[in-house]
Amino acid sequence: MNTATDVADHHEHEHGAPSGIMRWLTSTNHKDIGTLYLWFSLFMFFFAGALAMLIRAELFQPGLQLFQPGVFNQLTTMHGLIMIFGAIMPSLVGFANWQIPLMIGASDMAFPRLNNWSFWLLPAAGVLLIATFFVPGGALAGGWTMYPPLFMQGGIAYDMSILAVHILGISSIMGAINIITTILNMRAPGMTMMKMPLFVWTWLITAFLLVAVMPVLACAITMLLTDRNFGTHFFDAAAGGDAVMFQHIFWFFGHPEVYIMILPAFGIVSTIIPAFARKPLFGYVSMVYAVASIAFLSFIVWAHHMFTTGMPVGGQLFFMYTTMLIAIPTGVKVFNWVATLWRGSITFETPMLFAIAFVFLFAIGGFSGMVLALVPVDIQLQDTYYVVAHFHYVLFSGSAMAIMGGVYYWLPKWTGHMYDERLGKVHFWLTAVAFNITFFPMHFLGLAGMPRRIPDYALQFAEFNMISSLGGFLLGASQLLFLYIVIKCARGGLPAGNRPWDGADTLEWTQTSPPPYHSFVTPPLVK
Amino acid sequence: MRLPNRPDQRVGPSLRAILAVSALLAGLLPAQVHAEFGLNLHAPATGLAQNIYDLHTLILWICCAIFVVVFVPMFFALIRHRKSKGHPAAKFHDNLAVEVVWTIIPVLILLGMAWPATSLVLSMKDTGKEDLTIKVTGHQWKWEYEYLGDDIRFMSNSSTPKEQIDGAQPKGENYLLEVDRPLVVPAGKKIRLVMTASDVIHAWWIPAFGVKQDAVPGFIRDTWFRADTPGTYRGQCAELCGVGHGFMPVVVEVVPEARFTAWKEEQKALLAAATANAGKTYELAELKALGEKVYTANCAACHQANGAGIPGAFPALSGSAIVSGDRAGHIDIVLAGKPGTTMAAFGKQLSDLDLAAVITYERNSWDNKVGDVVQPSDIAARRK
Amino acid sequence: MQAHTDHDVYYVPPPSIWPLVGSVALLTLAGGFSMLLGKMAAGPYVMALGAGILLVMLFGWFGAVIRESLDGKYSSQVDVSFRWGMVWFIFSELLFFAGFFGALFYARNIALPMLADSQLLWPGFSATWPSAGPGANAVPTPVDAWGIPALNTLILLSSGATVTWAHWGLQKDRQFQLKLGLALTVALGIVFIALQIHEYAEAAFTIRDGIYGATFYMLTGFHGFHVMLGTLMLAVILLRALAGHFTPGRHFAFEAVAWYWHFVDVIWLLLFIFVYWL
Ligand code: HEM
Ligand SMILES: [Cu+2]
Ligand SMILES: [Cu+2]
Repeated sequence: MNTATDVADHHEHEHGAPSGIMRWLTSTNHKDIGTLYLWFSLFMFFFAGALAMLIRAELFQPGLQLFQPGVFNQLTTMHGLIMIFGAIMPSLVGFANWQIPLMIGASDMAFPRLNNWSFWLLPAAGVLLIATFFVPGGALAGGWTMYPPLFMQGGIAYDMSILAVHILGISSIMGAINIITTILNMRAPGMTMMKMPLFVWTWLITAFLLVAVMPVLACAITMLLTDRNFGTHFFDAAAGGDAVMFQHIFWFFGHPEVYIMILPAFGIVSTIIPAFARKPLFGYVSMVYAVASIAFLSFIVWAHHMFTTGMPVGGQLFFMYTTMLIAIPTGVKVFNWVATLWRGSITFETPMLFAIAFVFLFAIGGFSGMVLALVPVDIQLQDTYYVVAHFHYVLFSGSAMAIMGGVYYWLPKWTGHMYDERLGKVHFWLTAVAFNITFFPMHFLGLAGMPRRIPDYALQFAEFNMISSLGGFLLGASQLLFLYIVIKCARGGLPAGNRPWDGADTLEWTQTSPPPYHSFVTPPLVK
Repeated sequence: MRLPNRPDQRVGPSLRAILAVSALLAGLLPAQVHAEFGLNLHAPATGLAQNIYDLHTLILWICCAIFVVVFVPMFFALIRHRKSKGHPAAKFHDNLAVEVVWTIIPVLILLGMAWPATSLVLSMKDTGKEDLTIKVTGHQWKWEYEYLGDDIRFMSNSSTPKEQIDGAQPKGENYLLEVDRPLVVPAGKKIRLVMTASDVIHAWWIPAFGVKQDAVPGFIRDTWFRADTPGTYRGQCAELCGVGHGFMPVVVEVVPEARFTAWKEEQKALLAAATANAGKTYELAELKALGEKVYTANCAACHQANGAGIPGAFPALSGSAIVSGDRAGHIDIVLAGKPGTTMAAFGKQLSDLDLAAVITYERNSWDNKVGDVVQPSDIAARRK
Repeated sequence: MQAHTDHDVYYVPPPSIWPLVGSVALLTLAGGFSMLLGKMAAGPYVMALGAGILLVMLFGWFGAVIRESLDGKYSSQVDVSFRWGMVWFIFSELLFFAGFFGALFYARNIALPMLADSQLLWPGFSATWPSAGPGANAVPTPVDAWGIPALNTLILLSSGATVTWAHWGLQKDRQFQLKLGLALTVALGIVFIALQIHEYAEAAFTIRDGIYGATFYMLTGFHGFHVMLGTLMLAVILLRALAGHFTPGRHFAFEAVAWYWHFVDVIWLLLFIFVYWL
């Protein structure tokens, strides 16, 4: 494949990795920056996960045992905020950094320095966010959705969090611009758009969503900031404002945001399944169109998060119909994955296990999404544990498990070593089982009427909460195994060779494992 | 749209036994936990809730059917098309006909679901022709009910004792779902609720009625229900509203019409008695006793039962300069609240007597030993 | 976009300290701002420190880019990257403004009428524009669209013309026309800002005056801020033009700033229509 001739002047690329800490602080290398993103997100995953353990510990039994309600609200809010902005999103950007240049045969990202800035803004925001736990009044406690007027009542942590989210937004927007430009402008000769691996497609569309909606989030939280500190009244009815207006603007960001977190996961799964079914992805073109139409629809469904705010009936119906429509492209994707498996020659390495579990469990989340799309049913279920179940099925068994599968899939490429397959499988089964023990009962809790975001609950919810907590502890503990496997693999293991997966056929597998510090310095020719 | 079988909301005995046994084996379930738990939506008590229930059942079955149709083939492939079984990989990667079919069929299914959903939305939104209108106001963390046109207005506070929450007492049957004064409505009448809030967004929710409506400060939103069977129905606030969010139950008592009329008369008599007492002077002990109740219901969530507050979040009242200082300053902050904080303007929520009582209580409890008595007339004088 | 055919080596810059400096700058700035909001005396100083670090970073980073550009390290493919980057950056800015416009439309067409429908709470209130809401005693007096705002429209439109004229000059390598056009554009930008400040000073209402004041000052304020940035960037470009940095073939920086300036122009037109006029 790599047929391009040598270019005489390699001078600019001779700089290898500087040694020591400066390699990471000043990097302009997409692989190093990708690695930074991935480690950062893993750290945040454990941080926010620890908060989740505390939540489940408090909810283990009815009554207030460990935390006052104010602290409990901080735990739920920060768990959500950090998981979304600190764990899931950065890890997906980490994948983008590592994989996109390798998959399209580019030498690096389009803007290597900007890339580094996008990363190093994350720890800055992380410091600011984590610091809020130690300021008077404690951290953000009004929910990750930051609804006013409740948001107006918080202390200085609320302003700090706004600034932190602003920084995260800058990071995301710059990262997204970088990704779009890389994909549009850096493809190797012959790599037409419709030849791009699906992972690259999903990221292209995700990056578009990011550029489009992160500024809208910035706008919404800027209004919060000025309402809190500078005398504006955007959300104050007496002055002509409206608290619900915030929700509209927030969810105009928020719904595309959930697709930002799932589309790259779709891409990862669409890469893994064909590799282990040893069969090309079924319906590549329709997959691309499905992703594009999901992205388009995601701009016009936002108010399905607001069915109980009392919109006019026309609004309720419109958003119900558009939300139901999203199920169609989503369904197409699931059908395509199943059709890819059909009559393949399937093996079950750890990445494949995660990918299959993704298809199965994500579908459950999709179905609960359908249930929630119906206004009358949503009115019963809105702000209950049913919604919590829904979004953990799409975000944990969806995004997070796809990410784990992707890590197992590409670890050999990234490190040059095979991970421990036996431990990987143990990790998978523990995760899959514990996940379901934790979150499946939440459907019942929600149906039976348990509101979300409460520190204490009525007695009829006790059994399921206890089961859920036990599952949660197991789920949390299992992830330590993941950490161990990753570290073990990074430090050594069987040599992976260029292409450890015989069914994998994207460009990165033509490179050594790990790839040279500068790969594809001269672009390969894609036939 | 109604399905023939009326699903039972209780868990089957065997599943319940398994769950209970496993939990007991772990020795973890506190003995008082015996409330029935559900697997499904509450038993409907209104026509709307019934329709929602049926719609949910319908879509649940549709989802299950699709699930089977999709995943049976997947598991078939996973079992039969394995490399270890020597299955060779096919080469196909496209099939227009199949792809068109599996795009069209979901569209049809969706249309089938949208139809009943739409008609139900329309009837839920139809708040006209009501028999009775009640204004519901959400406050941090209690509900206020006002029977429009009837001059009846009262607060409904959680009545679960703090000791139960902290585990010092066994938890009662309706733990966290009980209030001092429920909303009382006549059976078989169309009740229109007009909803608003004074501070942050709350949501008024009775699952058995199929009603959940956000209460948005400064706006009026309406919703309705008609409950035919007398009884007590319980729900909770369903929108995060601060530290007391989990302790803001909604309880509605549906009573026969005659009983409702009698109840209204009682309320009016009580109100009249209160007005008659307006000029009365009270003793310190009397006010303190009443004040403690008012304090527990309205103030303790933030300032805590021992008056110590939560450092950084809610100021302590014990030893506070305002509380042990000038009476006027103390009365003013309770009446007007502190804008931009959780401290509400209680002047709009409590009667002069309650305010006098709670202020007297605060001035003479914990470390505060001011010794003076604030009378309802003092409050009336400082109201502007 | 076609995949490129020239097998140029895409320039990957060597490791650089500036991104990290930028992060430290923003963290310091945000920390200082938090301290300021928390009424800590040190706040403004920490903020100043952050801004200082940011300036150092901007000079260092852009300095490096300009050096690399002058050294001819950027192939035509890199040039295309810069263009895409700028396009999407402007797109994101557009959506930032879209959010505030959305708030304006929502407040006027949805929130106020709903407040007027809530007669139980706000007896006698009716939805008009401008409005400071049902709790306010008076309706704010708006700025007259056909006074300063109309003049400012004229100024910004002319500045769009001058910058385009400068671009023509550059394309034909008429350096004088380039410099003059840029200088005029900068001057017009400064006049615009001065007039805008004057308008704020004269306005009969403040940002505290309900939803009208809030939307008015947020929209025009953020726009004004962008004009300031744009003017600064134009000034830098003018300096670079004076130093002879641009050739007809290679002047991406000029074009980027010109695009930005047109974007600011378009936003102003929308502001004029929806904030001042209608
Ligand atoms: C078939 C596709 C989907 C449909 C029809 C759907 C529908 C919905 C609806 C109607 C709600 C609002 C529930 C409520 O608050 O009452 C909701 C909530 C949510 N959904 Fe989905 N959803 C789908 C897929 C996804 C995906 C793919 C993700 C993320 C990867 C996602 C993440 C979320 C989250 C995070 C929330 C809750 C947000 C919050 O209130 O905190 N959903 N979904
Ligand atoms: Cu959504
Ligand atoms: Cu509430």
